[in-house]
Amino acid sequence: MSNNIPENLRYSKDHEWVGVDGDIATIGITDYAQHSLGDVVYIDMPRVGDKFSAHEAFGSVESVKAVSEIFLPIAGEISEVNDGLNDTPESVNNDPYTDGWMVKIKMDNPGEADGMLSAAEYEEYLEASA
Amino acid sequence: MSETELKRTPLNSVHRALGGRMVDFGGWDMPVQYPAGVIEEHMRCRTRSGLFDVSHMGEIWVEGPDAVDFVNRLTTNDVTKLIDGQAHYSALTNAKGGVVDDLLVYRFSHDRLLLVVNAGTTEKDWAWIKSHHSEHDDLGLRNASAEYCQIAVQGPDATGILQKLTATDLGAIKYYHFTTGEVDGVDSIISRTGYTGEDGFEVYAAPEFAEQLWNKLLDTGKYDSEGGILPCGLAARNTLRLESAMSLYGHELGDDITPLEAGLGWITKLDKPDGFTGRDALAAQKESGLTRKIAGFEMTEPGIARDGFDVYVAGEKVGVVTSASPAPFLKKNIGLAFLPPDLAKIGQEIRIDVRGKHLAAVVVPTPFYKRQK
Repeated sequence: MSNNIPENLRYSKDHEWVGVDGDIATIGITDYAQHSLGDVVYIDMPRVGDKFSAHEAFGSVESVKAVSEIFLPIAGEISEVNDGLNDTPESVNNDPYTDGWMVKIKMDNPGEADGMLSAAEYEEYLEASA
Repeated sequence: MSETELKRTPLNSVHRALGGRMVDFGGWDMPVQYPAGVIEEHMRCRTRSGLFDVSHMGEIWVEGPDAVDFVNRLTTNDVTKLIDGQAHYSALTNAKGGVVDDLLVYRFSHDRLLLVVNAGTTEKDWAWIKSHHSEHDDLGLRNASAEYCQIAVQGPDATGILQKLTATDLGAIKYYHFTTGEVDGVDSIISRTGYTGEDGFEVYAAPEFAEQLWNKLLDTGKYDSEGGILPCGLAARNTLRLESAMSLYGHELGDDITPLEAGLGWITKLDKPDGFTGRDALAAQKESGLTRKIAGFEMTEPGIARDGFDVYVAGEKVGVVTSASPAPFLKKNIGLAFLPPDLAKIGQEIRIDVRGKHLAAVVVPTPFYKRQK
């Protein structure tokens, strides 16, 4: 199976992606993650203003078969949540990198995302763990 | 268990070719879903048709003059009420009234019965049944599980699809009846039964014809075209049975769970003249009253219950979830749970411990889903 891994994003080993714009980071789960989960039916999201440290679980994503925690790869304060996913959780399956985004955070350390995996490194990681 | 040790149905390579995601299911290498995904598979089966490989189920023949008496002694339902060509749902019970397995009993004739049992319990059942075969019983027992594939075609379109492949008049087969006949020229048992809550058939044939029958059913059902038949994996099989509130062994049923607790009083014939294994224990339980029984619930706030979650009322733990899932057709989050009988009442508000959050749910009637006839 070939994975869809956009070049312009950063990745975690927990299969989250991060898109950085200034001090705001957009976070979701990768194509690999959504495929492993199967049909997503519910996302338990944090509230705007909630603060998390790096690698802390900020919510959970549930498919018909399973539940999986989602981790914030980098520290920050929730600035926006994708409320649209309440009505269309399937966006996480269909468009994991666009409509399926989950939260935006104001990063505590805007440079922190640089330490995450690049697209090439994430692809290597997936291949190595396959 | 490593993959090489898993048992395979004769359709294993077909599932892989269809893109089925294979998992270890009780020692069997089975597709949990195909590329369409569990929701689409579930919906297609409810609205049009779905195809299921259930070849992993076990088949045990009981043959001889004492066949009916023998099976009647081991199971809760009344085998003497079956006529030739009829099947019923039943349970094998132990001396304490616990369920060794749930099963279908098919009566081919007064001296020929077929027991269809769960895959994961086939060996246990076979040992159990053999151990009750005394020299006074004039009958033979045969574990024929390897001699059959079993393919289920289920849903509103199922009869029409299967009818194109057989000269047998399917309209003449009533629910929970069966006949033998040819399907696409292959000798088969054609049974109007299933585990989805839909109308449909289960077809048993020799395993070497499994691929032929499967592919023919896919072709005839117009797989790959709009609204055509979809192969359905174990995930859809589970959500379909759960919406219909059918018991799953290892969840609502087990060696330490009685059929009365599981809500299967309707197959538990305590008044059979010659009794059955576990009958006295079950009669005593009925007399003294149940301490728990299966109830259906639906979540009333966002969140999904899962198997094994605890159930609370007024801050006290009162029960446990046996099966729960999002229900794709009903678009609710539903489940079955053991509750004390006084709390297993429709409208009772309960709370489910979802990873530390006690989320609201309410006891509702079962089945959650009932097809329109």
